[in-house]
Amino acid sequence: MIRPSDRLQDDEGDAQAARLRKVWANPGGWRYWTSVNNTQIGLWYAATAFIFLLFAGVLALIMRAQLAVPGNDLISADFYSQAFTLHGTVMMFLFAVPIFEAVAIFLLPPMLGARELPFPRLGAFGFWSFLLGGIFVCGSIFFDAAPSSGWFMYPPLATDENLSGIGADIWLLGLSFIEVASIAAAVELIVGIMKCRAPGMRINLMPLFAWYLLIVAGMILFAFPPLIAGDILFELQRMFDWPFFDPARGGDPLLWQHLFWIFGHPEVYIIFLPSIALMAMIVPTFAQRPIVGYSWIVLAAVGTGFLSFGLWVHHMFATGLPQISLAFFSAASEAVAIPTAVQIFVFIATMLAGRVIPSTPMLFGMGGIIIFVIGGLTGVMVAVAPFDWQAHDTYFIVAHLHYVLIGGMLFPVIAGIYYYYPLIDAKHLSDRLGRIAFWLMFAGFNVSFFPMHLTGLLGMPRRVFTYPDDVGWNGLNLISTLGAFVFAAGISLVVLDVLRPKHRQRRGEQNPWNAGTLEWISEPKENWGVRSIPFVASRYPLWDQPALARQIGEGRWYLPDAEEGRREGLVTSVLDARPEQVLRVGGTSYVTIISALSLGAVFVALTFKWWIATMVAATVCFCAIVYWLWTGTAEIPEKAEKEVGVGLTLPLYTSGPPSVGWWAMFITMVGDSTAFASLVFGYFFYWTIHDDFTAGVIGPGMKWPLLSAALFVAAWLMVLMARHLNGRGSIILTRAVLAVGVVLAVVASTAGFAGPWQYGMDPRAHVYAAIVWLLTAWTLVHAATGAVMLAYCLARHFAGRLTKDHDMDIGNVALYWHFMAITAVVTFIVIGLFPEVL
Amino acid sequence: MRLLPKEVDSLWTLFTAPVVWAGHFLICYVSVAIFCAKPGLLSFEFGSLRLGIALVTGATLVAITLSALLAWRQWGFGAHDPPHDDPTRHDRILFQGFATLLLSGLSFVAVVMTALPAMFMTECLR
Repeated sequence: MIRPSDRLQDDEGDAQAARLRKVWANPGGWRYWTSVNNTQIGLWYAATAFIFLLFAGVLALIMRAQLAVPGNDLISADFYSQAFTLHGTVMMFLFAVPIFEAVAIFLLPPMLGARELPFPRLGAFGFWSFLLGGIFVCGSIFFDAAPSSGWFMYPPLATDENLSGIGADIWLLGLSFIEVASIAAAVELIVGIMKCRAPGMRINLMPLFAWYLLIVAGMILFAFPPLIAGDILFELQRMFDWPFFDPARGGDPLLWQHLFWIFGHPEVYIIFLPSIALMAMIVPTFAQRPIVGYSWIVLAAVGTGFLSFGLWVHHMFATGLPQISLAFFSAASEAVAIPTAVQIFVFIATMLAGRVIPSTPMLFGMGGIIIFVIGGLTGVMVAVAPFDWQAHDTYFIVAHLHYVLIGGMLFPVIAGIYYYYPLIDAKHLSDRLGRIAFWLMFAGFNVSFFPMHLTGLLGMPRRVFTYPDDVGWNGLNLISTLGAFVFAAGISLVVLDVLRPKHRQRRGEQNPWNAGTLEWISEPKENWGVRSIPFVASRYPLWDQPALARQIGEGRWYLPDAEEGRREGLVTSVLDARPEQVLRVGGTSYVTIISALSLGAVFVALTFKWWIATMVAATVCFCAIVYWLWTGTAEIPEKAEKEVGVGLTLPLYTSGPPSVGWWAMFITMVGDSTAFASLVFGYFFYWTIHDDFTAGVIGPGMKWPLLSAALFVAAWLMVLMARHLNGRGSIILTRAVLAVGVVLAVVASTAGFAGPWQYGMDPRAHVYAAIVWLLTAWTLVHAATGAVMLAYCLARHFAGRLTKDHDMDIGNVALYWHFMAITAVVTFIVIGLFPEVL
Repeated sequence: MRLLPKEVDSLWTLFTAPVVWAGHFLICYVSVAIFCAKPGLLSFEFGSLRLGIALVTGATLVAITLSALLAWRQWGFGAHDPPHDDPTRHDRILFQGFATLLLSGLSFVAVVMTALPAMFMTECLR
């Protein structure tokens, strides 16, 4: 058993604490906004997401007011279409997903006993991207230019520029930008959970919240990229008339539905699992006992994560796919009820095994679960294809999805706010207001949404801005509207409770609910996360290691000091959390804001087809990111090792798989490969739906694609050789081989371009030419990135920042090139050989 | 000769059974989609396709059972009871074994459920 260091003299401890406080302090004045600390970023993220929630909620109230009586003319049909599109879009993309990222960024470091997540600047970059993208998408409605084709943007309605206007572009580009931020958050969370846990926190001791978040972040990597791929196809059609969804030229609108729902269904679980993760933290605290069935929760989280990818076609039951295909998805949709139910039973068992302390968080949590179970049961109903054919596109679906999302997500999030609020400023929210808010929300929700099951069964379709007087929907709609306003009153009360001044309220104790997990050692007035990084020996360290909180506070564990004036954390091994490295993370910086804003400007300028502005913004963004990498990553430390306390000395630099940078690259490229796989799926999708999907269009031939593939493999071998030579210390040869790699990448790209170019393939003429060009362009863009990376390594080598012993850059670039080689080989074999061999 | 392969100490083994489920699901979906969309391409009957799915399902279930066996061994053949929350490598391995076993069970059921439609459906009716 590892024991903490002896207690320091008071003045020595105070000096340590002062140094640590200074290093982690936020800048003052307006430079406060350059902070990258997880506490601030988490709070800003959450506050912004909540503002978007309220905005989308107001849109919902406007819609309900319009639907209160038949034949109403409160708002126009077009405004109604904008309102429901933006309502769904904002709730899903600007509230539900970001709020989980916000909570994770805020809570995970202290919960894992870490100081920070491994890439704080990436977290800040994600926040600024989200803020800008969100304002862009939401702001459009004030210019009567909001998207109006429904939150899933089905073509051909949404590809028709006359019918959908610029709103569809705002949706596609604004959200693509936000999806990039989500993937950035996923990288941050996965690496944080796998590599930055406190020493001793083996995977069997990890808080369940972290388990859930690990799975969810993994799901993001496989769910968001297909949507990004779909967005690319969509925008190419809208901007340049490439006919991906136009049947007249070989396209098919159904491909969009596939890509959208391969994202869209896992998305539901991406939203639901983190919220249920909050319940997995709250329930044990108020039952005052460890969770019953920890492994069963892991089963449920992993099982749901996987099965959720086999459900997407249940959104497409009415599109005329073969019934046996529908049945496969129907079966998987029923199967996912098993792991979902396991979680509910685990909570019930935990409550039965402990003694439940009634409280506001539990009230919201349990209320939410009741609502969610009803939504889950109607979900089992609509997973049956014949029933779905009846209920499809009716208010029954509206009722179902709101029961699932509000019960499974919003109520647990509000439970989380009441539970975790003391971590923000050591004060409580009002129990009384909380209870009133709960009952208003619970009653209002059911009054509003339960009748929608009936209006749906009576045949009322979704997305209609009004309805006739004589079809029997009047009373139910009026009740729904009344309920919606009661529900909104409940939400307003929660907002009021959070915002009301609390300066007269006394600061409370550090762990007011007597919880067992580590996040409760975080001191709201300090910015350092934890005073010292503990050794963890239990799932509920604050219950089972009673002296731990005091020892941490006294700075008796790891890294209690910041002698070199740097922000530092520990990197540990994946399974057993053995300490491996001291990680120095980036501090306060403008570069994150400049990168995010310039990238945002690229997307905004693209929306309005301002090509020059796009180029300028892209150049600024490129320079900012290179500057960020050059100054903020793979830094060579002033000494090889550092004493971290408790008799442990760790290296300050690692490369390859033990380093967090390698993992970040690996995870990013997994996501990237998923997007690529979605495009390849598109290629074969077009092949399946046509007898001859080339429609007589001449392909790129075999010669150029195969030559290009061979050259890319050669470039990849150069990268491997450069890594090897650098490892042996051959300076000149390393540089020469890196330079050859850049040249080969350029030559390979030229050969790849030559195929479709030489054969005169016109991407606007037919979808075959369009998809060939798109796969080629995807590979060439990646090749250009790969070439820049090699040039960057070359420059680092000249600058003495990449050496024999400090080879993180070349290690990560080699990893990128593994994926690059696969992408190139798959692309050119598919486009070069596939139509020829059949 | 050893009957079961050597124990692997990795996080990834946890995902074996669900990955096998995903592979099986994709095979079912893709094969039917191609068969029904391109009737001229494949020269066999729907019945043969169903038989193929049955065979793949059998092989998949065997693979999941193997994963379950390995997990059962990692879990010490059930000799230790959960919650496996001691701060030791031993308990961490038991936890992984138990969680993998549970996931194998879920994957087994999910594979059977996915394959059931092929038992009842006899044509590419739309």
